[in-house]
This record gives sequence, structure tokens and C-alpha cells, in this order.
Amino acid sequence: MKGIGKTLLLIGATSDIGRATALIYAEAGWDVLLAGRNRSAVQREADDISARTGASVLIHELDILATSRFEDFVGVVSPLPDTAVCVVGELGEQSRAERELEHAAMIMRTNFEGPALLLGLLAERFAARGSGTIVGISSVAGDRGRASNYVYGAAKAGLTAFLSGLRNRLSSSGVRVLTVKPGFVRTRMTNAMKLPPLLTAEPREVAKRIFAVAEGGRGGDVVYVRPIWRPLMTVVRSIPEPIFKRLRL
Amino acid sequence: MEGWGRYPRHESQAIDCWLPEALAGTVTSRTGLIGRGNGRSYGDAAIGEYSTLMCRGLSRMRRFDPSSATLTVEAGVMLSDILRSFVPRGYFPPVVPGTKFVTVGGMIASDVHGKNHHRDGGFGDHVIEFKLVVASGEVLTCSRTHNPELFFATVGGMGMTGIVEEATFRLRPIESGWIAQKTIVAENLGEALKALQQTEDATYSVAWIDTLSQGASLGRSLIFVGEHATLDQLAGMPRADRFAAKDAGVVSLPFDLPQWLLNKTSVAAFNELYFRAGARKAAKTSLVHWDKYFFPLDGILEWNRLYGRRGFLQHQCVVPAEDALPVLSGILDRFARSGKGSFLAVLKKLGGGNGLLSFPSPGYTLALDLPVTQEVFGLLDEIDELVVRAGGRLYLAKDARQSRQTFEAGYTRLAAFKELRKVTGADRHFNSRLAKRLGI
Repeated sequence: MKGIGKTLLLIGATSDIGRATALIYAEAGWDVLLAGRNRSAVQREADDISARTGASVLIHELDILATSRFEDFVGVVSPLPDTAVCVVGELGEQSRAERELEHAAMIMRTNFEGPALLLGLLAERFAARGSGTIVGISSVAGDRGRASNYVYGAAKAGLTAFLSGLRNRLSSSGVRVLTVKPGFVRTRMTNAMKLPPLLTAEPREVAKRIFAVAEGGRGGDVVYVRPIWRPLMTVVRSIPEPIFKRLRL
Repeated sequence: MEGWGRYPRHESQAIDCWLPEALAGTVTSRTGLIGRGNGRSYGDAAIGEYSTLMCRGLSRMRRFDPSSATLTVEAGVMLSDILRSFVPRGYFPPVVPGTKFVTVGGMIASDVHGKNHHRDGGFGDHVIEFKLVVASGEVLTCSRTHNPELFFATVGGMGMTGIVEEATFRLRPIESGWIAQKTIVAENLGEALKALQQTEDATYSVAWIDTLSQGASLGRSLIFVGEHATLDQLAGMPRADRFAAKDAGVVSLPFDLPQWLLNKTSVAAFNELYFRAGARKAAKTSLVHWDKYFFPLDGILEWNRLYGRRGFLQHQCVVPAEDALPVLSGILDRFARSGKGSFLAVLKKLGGGNGLLSFPSPGYTLALDLPVTQEVFGLLDEIDELVVRAGGRLYLAKDARQSRQTFEAGYTRLAAFKELRKVTGADRHFNSRLAKRLGI
């Protein structure tokens, strides 16, 4: 396979969306650096991508909750990637998060603190270089807090706002910042749920969309993987609070 | 839970598996368990007696060695993924069945055969080794020299020896993604058998039979002979098109067709059109995309819904070459007289199979599918009689209904298989509905 001399850093490589995204980039001839918490699981994904595409894939052990290690990691990562995609996320259990501080904190830190700090650091290096693309995977759950998942939703809302601000600040620096909201995706995380087919994407579909927007420049800065989500969430956001609080969504 | 034919349907608890490391614990803690790939076996082979291990999550390729063209993958990797990754790089799987939506584990368990079986054998013949999670939870490497008994029991063993974790096999180099196809017209079954015999040196060959023609034209067929097209056969084709990718499966049947739609008249009309279209192409060689040549039905996702909610049965038998003409004539005649037309009737020549329960044996195999109706069961029982008397057998991956007697008469190495199940403890942990039905 011909290399094209570009590198993707994929953070959260063992998730279904992460795996599919890394594969799409490798198929397009990119070099891939996979980062994830569990070394042997990340290695399994690296082997898979390299067997499928012939690409050489490097791995890096990285825990999204171990924020004190981020500076070291970002300082030494070499080559500095052209694109960094962070797909880290943890749905957690809403009802448990209502009772256990620790669980709630884990959800908030995994979905907001970790990704925001890491992407923020990477953005600094990208800005110093004057180029690069940052892709953060947020969620439609962050568009409005709902009873069924507001701890997760609030963390994703935080990430959405962080990415928006980062984009705003770096708009003239040569660094692009994208926010991707996949909507429902058929993954391990949603395996037990019954999902509406019209609103549910496959991991590969999400990955293709990420690649098309990040590398092809198609679509805006905030991307709903299935277009139908945009009007849908506009409606959800515009329901007045007195009515919304009585709904069970 | 149901198979691809949507008959029969059984309760079975689905257990997801995402990591190879988790297999051992699941296996040792269960009884009445069977592995399931993409659920493309037709009947009850991939429905566990109590629980069914869903292996699609074991979908990682492990390594590819270009110097020997050997590929190691986890058992849940789909054939379609292998094709997508490797056809553009100039490699083709050694054996493919009639659909690409099967997993490697399922291809081993069914020792699937392809249009090249007469020449290259079944998929199992190309497997170098695999890792098998046996009843004790141990992971054993099996090959022709390492645990050979388990190797030959697992190839074609319908998952009843353990769960295949990963497998290594060789791919074949190809010069292009195209098949050079020739069509031969056979006016009756005798001509069809002769044509398959005469094209034995060809890599691929298969006959499509018009099941509704009777009398002198009983068994009239189109025989499709194919070779991987070489570069000089593609003269003038732009480089990029040689391995042209194709996203298949764009059309999906969104609903079950009503059963009355599939009747003698509609099938006869379809067969007539199909036959004439094929006959027009006879004698000249045409280039066909690999996807269309090997997987014509995959173009219609969920084509099993053609047969309505009650589902359908596929009957696939193999009979020894010596008596093939009278026996297959008898079978086709019986079908033709019953008026139970089948869209899909396929005839092909098989070589031998090496697994203890491998379906292929030297002779000819005939496959037909039929909608499930009350009368069809009696008809198939009669046909099984003809098969058994000829010393033939039925394909377990497609079976949903054969009797224990038919099964035992056809699979002569069953005793050795059962003994191995007992010795390895597999009989206590691995049982499908098919195993129960047939007393394996």
C-alpha cells in the first residue's frame, strides 16, 4: 500500500467508531497511531488494521483519566499527527450516577475533562506548526439535558462548548476544529438497545463521514452524521422549558 | 432464533462475545452451547440447545504474510471483509460458498464448498491451522500434524467440537478481479452431467437447472465455467478497473412477499427468461465481475424474504457419480411432477471431503429451495429415500428437517465423530438444535 506521508492520531482506538475511523484512514494510505488504555486490546486493533490494509500501525498506551501524563505524551508524539480524532466516550449509567458521586465524576471526566485537556494540548502544538485538524466526537445528548442521561449529556455539552471555543480562537491559525455528533450508532455500547433504523448509523458510516469532512472539507464545522438529526435537535432545543420538564425524553 | 431459511424457530439465549480471551469462561460455564457466525446456515445448525454464542465480535484480522499469502483471522471475520481487503491487493480466498456474508468460523464448521470443489476441495482443505476452545476451556492449536483428530472433526463438524477462535489459511494470487466466463447450454440432465465432467479442468464450474422442464428436456441447464481473468484477457482495461470494487447489496427486500406470488407460473416464466438470456451468451467468453459471478444473490439483501413469513427449506444432496443420472433424474422428475418449482436449482461436481462430517463426497450435488408448506415435508422425505438408496447424503449447513435415519445412512464416519465428542467432553458442552434433532 502506498503511503501518503500523513499521520492520524486516533484516541480511543478500541471503540467501534475509533476502529472504523482508523481503518478508513489506513485504507486511504495514512499512517496510523492508535492510542488507548489497554495495550493488548489496542495491539489487537493495530494488527487488524495492518493485516487489512498493509499499513504500518503504531500504538501508544494512554488513559483518558490520567491527565497528568498528557503533557508528556503530546510533547513526545512523533511525528506530530496531521489529524487527531478523539472518540473517547463512556455512557455510564444515569441512575447510578445519581447516587454515586464517583460514577458521575468518571462519566464527566471521561467525556469532558480528558478529551478537552488532551485536544487542547494537541491544538497548541498544531497551532505552533500552523496546520492540523482536530476532531472531537461529541453527542446529540449534549444538545439538551434529558432525564435519561443528563450526566453524560452535560459532559458532552461541555465538550461541544470547548470545541466551539477552540475553533473560534484558532480560526485564523491554520488549525481546523470539528465537532462530530454521531447520533445513535450500532456499537457495543448500544448493543442491548432497540434503536430506530432511520436515526441509527453503522460505525463505518460515521468513520466515512469523519474522513470526508476532515480531509475532504465537505460539510461544516459541526457535523451530525445523519442529516436528519439537525432539524430534530433544533425542535428538541426549542421546546420551552415549562413543557420540556414534563416530557420524558 | 432462526436460521437463514427462517425455519425452524427455537428459543435460545444469545450470548455476545467481544474478546477472544472471554471464550474459555463462557464455554466451561455452559451446556447446550453452539457458536454462531452471521446466521447464514439455513436450518437449526447455529441455534444452541440452550445458549448461542454470537461470534461476530471476534472480527479482527491478526496478520497477513505476503511472502506465503497466508492470512490469520479471528473466526468472526466475514468473508466479505476478506474480499474487500484482499481482492484489490491481488488475492482471492481459496474457496468461497454462494454468499459472502459468512464468517470464517462458519466456513470451517460447514467445510463449505465452492464452484472449484472438483479441483481444489473444500475450505477445510486450505486451512493450515486453527485455535479451538474445547470443552475444558483449553485453547488447542489444531492442524494436520497437531491434534489431527480434532482438526478433522472440526472441519465440517458444525461447531460440535468447540469454538474456533482464529484460523490461518492461504489465499490465491489473482491478476484481476474479473472472471472469464463461458456458458454451455445443456438440453437435459445427461448433457449437463457430461458438461460438468468435461469441464473438470476448469477452475470454476456450476450448472443452473430449470426445475420445471420435464420429459426429454428434464434437467435442461446452463453451465457457467469460469477462470480468474489474466492480464492479457483484460487488454485495454484501465489499471484502476482491474480490481474494480463494487459495493454490493444495495437493494434490500423491505418486506415479506406474499406466498401466492411464488407459484408454478411465475417460476416457470422466470426460468424461461433466465434460460434464454443465458443461451444467448453461449459459446463466447465474457468478463464478469467476481461479485456477480460468485454471489449473485447477495445483490438482494435479505432475499430469504422472497419466500414469505413461513420461510423456506433448502434441500442439498450429493450422490455418487456412477448412478448420478438415474438418481438425479428421479429427484428432478419428482420435483417437476409435484409442481413445486424452485427459483434456485444448482448442480455441481464435487470431489471428496476430509472432515469426519464434511458434506462433500465424490459425485454430483443438487441444491433446490422450496417454500415451507405442509406438503413439502412429505415430498422431501420421499426424495431423501432416493438419496439414501444411492448412497448419498444431505448438507448439514442447509438442513432443517432430515430424519435421523437419513443422516445416519449418509454420514458413515459418525461413530468416530461421536467418540471424539465423548473423549473431549464436547458432548456435554456443545449442542445445537441440529445436533439434538439428529442425535449427534
